[in-house]
Amino acid sequence: MQWDWQFTVEILPRMLWATVNTLMAAGIGYAIAAVLGLIFAMAQRTRFRSLTVTVREVVEFLRSTPLVLQIFFVYYVGPEYGVSLSPWVAGMIAIGLHYAAYLSEVYRGGIESVSKGQWEACTAINLSPAQAYRRIILPQALPPSVAGMGNYLISIFKDTPMLSVIGVAELMQAANAIGGQNYRYLEPYTIVGLVFLIISLFSAALIRSFENWIRRKLGMY
Amino acid sequence: MQDLSSYPLELTGPDVPMVRFMNVRKTYGDFVVLDDLNLDVAAGEMVTVIGPSGSGKTTVLRMLMTLETINGGVIYVDGKPLTHMPKNGVLVPADAKYLRKARSSIGMCFQHFNLFPHMTALENCMEGPVQVLGLSKKEARERAEELLSMVGMIEKKDQHPARLSGGQQQRVAIARALAMRPKVMLFDEVTSALDPEVIGEVTNVIKDLVTKHNLTMLMVTHQMGFARDISDRICFFFGGKIEEQNTPEELFTNPQKERTQQFLSAVKAAD
Repeated sequence: MQWDWQFTVEILPRMLWATVNTLMAAGIGYAIAAVLGLIFAMAQRTRFRSLTVTVREVVEFLRSTPLVLQIFFVYYVGPEYGVSLSPWVAGMIAIGLHYAAYLSEVYRGGIESVSKGQWEACTAINLSPAQAYRRIILPQALPPSVAGMGNYLISIFKDTPMLSVIGVAELMQAANAIGGQNYRYLEPYTIVGLVFLIISLFSAALIRSFENWIRRKLGMY
Repeated sequence: MQDLSSYPLELTGPDVPMVRFMNVRKTYGDFVVLDDLNLDVAAGEMVTVIGPSGSGKTTVLRMLMTLETINGGVIYVDGKPLTHMPKNGVLVPADAKYLRKARSSIGMCFQHFNLFPHMTALENCMEGPVQVLGLSKKEARERAEELLSMVGMIEKKDQHPARLSGGQQQRVAIARALAMRPKVMLFDEVTSALDPEVIGEVTNVIKDLVTKHNLTMLMVTHQMGFARDISDRICFFFGGKIEEQNTPEELFTNPQKERTQQFLSAVKAAD
């Protein structure tokens, strides 16, 4: 089979549109995961033992079962209990929850890397726990977390093809559809691979410079 | 659990001390750190706590800063209970809200400075006044600059802690604590982590505070000469109790207890 440039050009607009959807899925999923992950991490540090244990178990569960199963579960099992969600919404919930579990561990590591002395200094100038987190602890927990957060950003991006199983129109689904209609898989799949490669490499470089920038910005050399 | 009803809801009378430890007990599991501690510190008094490591001296300061909970007794600050709060006419262990209010009259400097590394010297000193006391940025800046001048750090006000020496960081930490206008200042081995040549710049700042300001101070230190110079009273701790306390003159030249004598001669030999 020969590479067909004309076919490539023909399918390019559709592939680009799918790329936009993929980026959107990764972006929305990551935003959900980033916020929810922080809530998971903080919930595990409260004085309320039952809350801590429950969240710990939820995080373990989410990390120990396959993402694709979680996607199926939200999309196909939900309606049996009266929760019918569109593929997009179901997909974002599943992928957001799954990665929230991973990100909560990254945050937890970052928060725990801040020395006990910082908490004591917060008490000594009488900051409230919320002020201590927001002003002192989380800004210091960020730099050591950036690398891990970046890894999961690329990871979530590479996991978006799993959303094709419930019909979200992202790259993989577009490539499958194009391939099925034209009986040509070489070009669409190659484009998918290239798009993932380029965006992943670009993101990794961006994350590295962000990490350096944030360290400089926070005066931590 | 001991009976809290025997403790007064607040201290009254002409000689209310700034700080009173009343039958205070602190344990870690089975290990008794402090046993039935009774100690008064008068307003404006400078009291230094000395003693071998493990004698519970740092714990005294940490309890007063509410960094440690106590297992018995009550601590009063400025006549009001610190570790407990009045409820239905008796004292009960203080909740977080009460503690936050009660500890506002206390400031502390630490052995390892604990400056906020992501903030400049100036920002470190403005953080508490802006966030906790509700000062405007302008007011907080003026107060911070004044204090940084006092500790000789105004030229470095825009530096982050990583760019400062230990002695400089400790001076900023003192300014940060003072910016909260505490009535009681606690110094926990503030020179222990410093290189010998910069200890003087920190002790001079503290000496200045003693002579020019009417602060109540409690200090833990290994610098015996410094303690002798500036303290009104020295407490020698041993095995979780005050073994002996006296004016620096008396305690250093004429210690009464054998353990005090042993400790002082051991310290002298090491010097």
